[in-house]
Amino acid sequence: MSIAITTQFICFTILSLVILIGALGVVLLESIVYSAFLLGGVFMSVAGLYLLLNASFVAAAQVLVYVGAVNVLIIFAIMLVNKKEDLKPINDIKSRRIISTSICLTLLSLLIRVDLTNVWSLSSPENSIGEESTIRIGEHLFSDYLLPFEVASVLLLMAMIGAIVLARRDVMSKDISTGLPVNQELIEKSSEPLLTNKN
Amino acid sequence: MEYGLDLEYSFNEFLKGFGLSSEIAHIIWLPLPMLLVLVAAVVGVLVTVWLERKISAAAQQRIGPEYAGALGVLQPIADGLKLLVKEDIIPAKADGILFTAGPILVLVPVILSWLIVPFGQNLLISNVGIGIFLWIALSSIQPIGLLMSGYASNNKYSLLGGLRAAAQSISYEIPLALSVLAIVLMTNSLSTIEIVNQQSGAGILSWNIWRQPVGFIVFWICALAECERLPFDLPEAEEELVAGYQTEYAGMKFALFYLGSYINLILSALLVSILYLGGWGFPIPVELIAKFLNLPINAPFIQVFTASIGILMTVLKAYLLVFIAILLRWTTPRVRIDQLLDLGWKFLLPISLANLLITAGLKLAFPQFFGG
Repeated sequence: MSIAITTQFICFTILSLVILIGALGVVLLESIVYSAFLLGGVFMSVAGLYLLLNASFVAAAQVLVYVGAVNVLIIFAIMLVNKKEDLKPINDIKSRRIISTSICLTLLSLLIRVDLTNVWSLSSPENSIGEESTIRIGEHLFSDYLLPFEVASVLLLMAMIGAIVLARRDVMSKDISTGLPVNQELIEKSSEPLLTNKN
Repeated sequence: MEYGLDLEYSFNEFLKGFGLSSEIAHIIWLPLPMLLVLVAAVVGVLVTVWLERKISAAAQQRIGPEYAGALGVLQPIADGLKLLVKEDIIPAKADGILFTAGPILVLVPVILSWLIVPFGQNLLISNVGIGIFLWIALSSIQPIGLLMSGYASNNKYSLLGGLRAAAQSISYEIPLALSVLAIVLMTNSLSTIEIVNQQSGAGILSWNIWRQPVGFIVFWICALAECERLPFDLPEAEEELVAGYQTEYAGMKFALFYLGSYINLILSALLVSILYLGGWGFPIPVELIAKFLNLPINAPFIQVFTASIGILMTVLKAYLLVFIAILLRWTTPRVRIDQLLDLGWKFLLPISLANLLITAGLKLAFPQFFGG
């Protein structure tokens, strides 16, 4: 075994272990903050796997989108809300756990089936495109995958407008479920200039 | 146009002369450039800290450090030693693991980004194809470290500082990436080497700053905001937040934040000089000088000359920008958080979008000037 292959094997083992243990931690840990940070670690390790597969652009995009945007926003939201709330114990917690476990196991069996039926190996190692993948991804995004790409952006726009409508206090002054006036305490000061009110 | 020194090749050949296999020679070679860049980054920080002390003193009509070495040049080393031997305190109610991991997560991506900083045609650690995109991706990890240390400190000032840092970082990353995209559009490549080579045609006249003046200014403002330098240092605004996310930190963990912010400043300055100021390029093309001296471009003397001029020019341009950043820090007031977010989202983002659109149009209209 040459040194390059040994290094690759060690990296793969470490990354897979981190992904598995991290993902279990995300699901099983009680503290939501730990879960959020572990999720970032899992995303990073997945990016590492992409890097091992010579897909450096996908790896960087994974870091930028999932770690830099999604995970930061999750953590941001957790910390901005930071509400001390006593959660009510759920009565039928056992049946819920059983249902969610069975759904997850079904998904897992689907993934295993995909893994077993798909032909993963390339016909020859020379067929891998490596660094050229950036150009290929760009070409695909602007030709045959144009519609899904644009639809995804429309989806994101809708989510953004929805978030703004929910967050603006002059738009939503009452709680949707209870109908009581909402006390929206902002951590930062409001965006009005401080001096105008004093005149 | 592959010229210049290939140190790795010569080093490997040198080791093979002792009868080592090429694989072992490669393994011995691998850590050397990384160590060199790490040392360069740390020395760069020491120089910047000294400059900061001296220039701030000059701006406030003081003398600044003068007893530690000539003109106080040893002052940053004294600072570093002080932080090194200080007691490492973890507050009793803090979260120990996250409190320790935070500063590491802030520093590591910054150092990793030095991977793509070229000081010459072959003088960089790794010419990865995704080049400048790697830096953008890595710099997006930093806010997680800041949020982590802000949260783990269990202190409201720290938490606010961390939240502000993350908000600021997310807002300014978008115009930053868009102005880099305009450069990439002109270069047809993400690689930093290609970006510099594309500017090397006619010396100072072909630098990107003339073709991308708006992009240059947007990039510089965003880079300063990403570094949390003074016009934008809200995350650690002393008057309101004690020291932001650094409040509870002492000793070496604080030093990691300190190092991280200064390495980031130097890195940003280096990247501005690579993207807009011709990188290692001399204001007059080296080919012209070689022709003037009647020497072939491959002559050993010219190659050594080119390499040393390249390193010198890169460092010189970067430190010019660091000087401007320091001067800005000690002469401008801090913006408010709403002004900061307004500037990012309502001013810089539309401008950089328009800049990208205009660059694309100009590229189609004048392919010989804006990269075909």
